[in-house]
Amino acid sequence: MPDPHLAGLPGAILHDEVVPARAPWLHRVHKGETLRVVDLEGNQAVDFLMYSAADDAERYSAQDTVAAQGNIFLRTGAVLLSNEGRAMMRIAGTNVDYHDTIGGACSCESNTLRYGHFTKSQHACVENFLTANARAARGKRDMVSNINFFMNVPVEADGALGIVDGISAPGLTVDLLAEMDVDVVVSNCPQVNNPCNGFNPTPVRMIVAGPGPDAA
Amino acid sequence: MSQTADPYGAQAHARAMGGTRVAAMPTVPAAAADAPGPAIWEETIAPGGYASRRIGRGARLRLVDLEGDACTSLLLFNAEQPAERLNVADTLKVQWNGYLGAGKVLLSDMGRAMASILVDGAGTHDAFCGPSNQASNERRYGEGANHTACPNARDRLMLGVAKHGLSSKDVHPSITLFKGVKIGPDGTILPEVGPFSPGREVVLRAEMDLIVVLANCPHVLDPRPDWAVTALRATVWRGEIAPPDDPVRNATPEALRAFLNTEDYFSR
Repeated sequence: MPDPHLAGLPGAILHDEVVPARAPWLHRVHKGETLRVVDLEGNQAVDFLMYSAADDAERYSAQDTVAAQGNIFLRTGAVLLSNEGRAMMRIAGTNVDYHDTIGGACSCESNTLRYGHFTKSQHACVENFLTANARAARGKRDMVSNINFFMNVPVEADGALGIVDGISAPGLTVDLLAEMDVDVVVSNCPQVNNPCNGFNPTPVRMIVAGPGPDAA
Repeated sequence: MSQTADPYGAQAHARAMGGTRVAAMPTVPAAAADAPGPAIWEETIAPGGYASRRIGRGARLRLVDLEGDACTSLLLFNAEQPAERLNVADTLKVQWNGYLGAGKVLLSDMGRAMASILVDGAGTHDAFCGPSNQASNERRYGEGANHTACPNARDRLMLGVAKHGLSSKDVHPSITLFKGVKIGPDGTILPEVGPFSPGREVVLRAEMDLIVVLANCPHVLDPRPDWAVTALRATVWRGEIAPPDDPVRNATPEALRAFLNTEDYFSR
């Protein structure tokens, strides 16, 4: 039986990896390649940043992205822009209604505000981002607002905003077509104090497909 | 012979300009008759201008939209260790609300209170869209570089951080004061860009020593075809740090823990 997670991916499978629960991930995706993120067990937030491989001072900008599309939610067709207003990736397809890019990443420090100082030693996404970025000589100054795939942050009429129960499900995916060469940095979110992971962090699968390095 | 043909003439020519007043300029030494305390910074920032300044813990920063069409992009850094900076996502998420106003705290990425909004006479602010950039200005106005007539906010912020030894990597996600957005039920961003009545003001209190970076350029979603923005006045005076019974400090359990973290940082 064919692997349903590979259905519809264009070209050859260039990379296929399961990122364990709570783990960081760093991978270069080249222009023209598609990165598919698979929410294996459902409602697992995947915190996501990216940097231009040519110059990592150019990086994902949540603010430029939502301003340009006039909407805070990331849906199929969304163009993920850099801080210079250039397309870095495009959501080529997703079977989740929308993804978040307002809520940012959890950190040990912000957890102390949100839940209390007893959470200070828990795992957090910023720790993962710093760990993965350190491999590419990036540091704290390179932290900016991120995407949270498979995470649900509605905004009410009075501005009330929060991470609520997810709208993803086991096996749902998001396909990201690279518009430039990018370093993708992921934290498979370890948060256990809110519903972003259904209070239970689980693995996700990262599949890169495309024409490959020999394509003309 | 030209007046500026030799150094003596050029010197006289230059010195004759001293004392000139224009609409947008700093007042040095600082003076502001309408400030509640002795002013330590007084500057009118031009349309399209920027400023960056170090201010001390407890200082009050008053921003006035003098003519009703100012648009203030704001960055904040911990002046002692600028790797600590405003975190817009945490500011919204931790306070469970997307709209900035009086009583809200601006939070750092280290879980600390950086600044409090003491007074908000505007009510139209934006924590979602961030600054314009060269590309967005070129699309709308045909140009957007710093040296053109239509500078963009992001590149103004870059110059502002550069004056403190920082670089483009440090232009973090910003907030925008005086121009606002609301979020519709389907996530649509609804700009509220005025122009508004003149004289609206916002007063912030620094909760730690800060590098404040301000740019005054049109909002990135301003629909008007012409680059339109008016002057911004900034005034700073010294003030007391938040007392234990401060209403902003005690407004929410999350704000209180942010203040406790800041106070813990200053336990030295």
